[in-house]
Amino acid sequence: MDLKTEMKIPADFPFGSSSTASPSDYRQVAHTPITTGTSVIGIKFDKGVMLASDMLGSYGSLAKFRMIERLVEVNKQIVIGAGGDYADFQFLRDIIKQKVTDETCLDDGFMLKPRSLHSWVTRFLYNRRNRFDPLWTNFVVAGMQDGEPFLGVVDKLGKAYENECVGTGLGNHIAIPYLRYALDKKPNLTEQEAREAIVKSLQSLFYRDARAFDKYQLATITADGVKIENGLTLETDWSMADLSSGAD
Amino acid sequence: MSSIGTGYDLSASQFSPDGRVFQVEYAQKAVEIGGTAIGLRGKDGVVLAVEKIVTSKLYEPGSGKKIFHIDEGIGMATSGLISDARHLAENARNEASSYRNQYGNSVPLKYLNDRVSMYMHVYTLYSAVRPFGCSIILGSYEKGQPVMYMVDPSGISHGYFGCAVGKAKQAAKTEIEKLKLSELTCKELVKEAARIIYMVHDELKDKNFELELSWVGKHTNGRHEFVPKAVLAEAEEAAKAAMEEHSDSDGEDM
Amino acid sequence: MEVLNSNFYGGKPTQLHFSPYEDNGGTVVAIAGKDFAIIGSDTRLSTGYSIESRNQTKLFQLSSKTVLGCTGCWCDALSLAHLMQARMQMYLHDHNKEMSSLAVGQMLSTVLYNRRFFPYYVSNILAGLDADGKGILHSYDPVGHCEKTYYVAGGSAGAFLQPLLDNQIGMKNQQNVERRPVSMERALNLVKDSFIAAAERDFYTGDGVHINIITKDGIREDRMVLRKD
Repeated sequence: MDLKTEMKIPADFPFGSSSTASPSDYRQVAHTPITTGTSVIGIKFDKGVMLASDMLGSYGSLAKFRMIERLVEVNKQIVIGAGGDYADFQFLRDIIKQKVTDETCLDDGFMLKPRSLHSWVTRFLYNRRNRFDPLWTNFVVAGMQDGEPFLGVVDKLGKAYENECVGTGLGNHIAIPYLRYALDKKPNLTEQEAREAIVKSLQSLFYRDARAFDKYQLATITADGVKIENGLTLETDWSMADLSSGAD
Repeated sequence: MSSIGTGYDLSASQFSPDGRVFQVEYAQKAVEIGGTAIGLRGKDGVVLAVEKIVTSKLYEPGSGKKIFHIDEGIGMATSGLISDARHLAENARNEASSYRNQYGNSVPLKYLNDRVSMYMHVYTLYSAVRPFGCSIILGSYEKGQPVMYMVDPSGISHGYFGCAVGKAKQAAKTEIEKLKLSELTCKELVKEAARIIYMVHDELKDKNFELELSWVGKHTNGRHEFVPKAVLAEAEEAAKAAMEEHSDSDGEDM
Repeated sequence: MEVLNSNFYGGKPTQLHFSPYEDNGGTVVAIAGKDFAIIGSDTRLSTGYSIESRNQTKLFQLSSKTVLGCTGCWCDALSLAHLMQARMQMYLHDHNKEMSSLAVGQMLSTVLYNRRFFPYYVSNILAGLDADGKGILHSYDPVGHCEKTYYVAGGSAGAFLQPLLDNQIGMKNQQNVERRPVSMERALNLVKDSFIAAAERDFYTGDGVHINIITKDGIREDRMVLRKD
């Protein structure tokens, strides 16, 4: 008997043909992002931490949703922000919100802390990566933990770290240099200085990131709690465009 | 009691010849011996208050809570068997959570009340189960309006402006009726609620009690929260002062 | 309709492929002596040409005398290290004593092999003290092959630094040399020099060094800055 028949291997192995492979032979799990958000950026300052993202939901290259919230208050000491697939973000956000409600129901006087949430998101995303069914998102967790600012990132693989400043997506390339420069110059920024660095970064992102937008959200987390400013508009100056050849 | 010995009171699945379900009535009796719980629906929110009777000094303060947090904007006060109430709270939480999961917003109290009262009602239909020995008051603040429902062990529920259950419900209701509920704010209601609970508490029968207070309204941004310690203490002080005044004037009359 | 047939408007749909692995760089160097073990890692975390963090140690303390150094795919390194820490706790609760460095060494091999067909993409170096207080190192491949050694370099500059250690500590292929145990001072200097050398040539190594010095008295920390470019 032919070895290939005996082992139930198709005769045309290894090249295969459409007649032997039915669609159910394959399972595609790793999807592609559909509606996406671009960068989230964040920086610590002397009394807290600041997070910002623009409010655009892109549909490929179409600027489709122009007022979406990508920063969300989790509780009195945590804000999460996300870039990447917006549906995946909403999915995880709803789970986190229910987690917080469940915890409030326990009524034990404890509140979810940012480092715990960061670690939990890490486990969740790492687990999805292991199943080859990742959530296509970059998550930023910002908050106050025991009086200290916390700022951490998790990517779609579950790769996680804390830092003094963070930027996801194109923010990693465009915003991070500004933010690191600001922190190098003065390690303990005031809230105002942090805000200036953030707005400057958002401006640069808007100028150069084709998926960025001038409407943005800005969250400030201090010991006093969370403040999210919605629908802010970047001031931009396009007069330089006249000087650049090929722009018109 | 007319029901005893007739054989019609052993199961929730059987009527008595005069058309009553005794098991349900017994469950209502269990509520009537529970600590008083009241709910006040004012113009900008709902205040829940419970007289939690402390039967031993060995209990930790704050243990065995009788007001439950159900969802972001929903609170539940109970009277009767506490373990039954906990089960109902868990049920209500699951309902709220699954509603949020499916529809993406918080459950309307009218719907939650329907679900929970239906659940309680089911326990009055079969011989294999017993009805819940507790009543619950559900409160929330939605679309700028305060909402409040009360469900009893039979599964009957009504919407209320003010309600009371438990051992001193009659006295509490009389007091509540004197209030102009639709004109009072949460901050005022908290004081009234504390006063009523202190007033209807029977010192001779039950020595110690703890006052539990929660609210949900405009000022909490529609979130159900336990009343902060400072506000609670203030309301308790005011309640005690009102009691003093009351007993002083009683003395003068005599 | 040339335009419609071009890649921009039509043709094959683009599919973002998903890879569960990523190289996040980083180097670990360890040297063991007769009564100590030194393990150091750089503190740079990278993805491609981006530096994600300049201050991320790759050392994880597992017990009072065992330290694990993990580099490679950072999400795997984190998961593996935390799994090891959890297993250490379980052992502590079961036996009311810390796991010995040798036992940790064996366990790590088993834990890695458990994921033989979806490996932790991590280069591991375990530093500790044996029952006699002698320094001991274990080095691993991603699927659990384990080797006991006295000096080793791993991670992005591992292949670059290993020959240096072979020459300076192993005295490999040298004639008429006196072979004597390495002192703690010399070992520490060698670790630091290794990182300085690696930071010159490997851009996945830099920013800083985090060093753990393990002796019978406990674990001492040391830090050093590296070039940040």
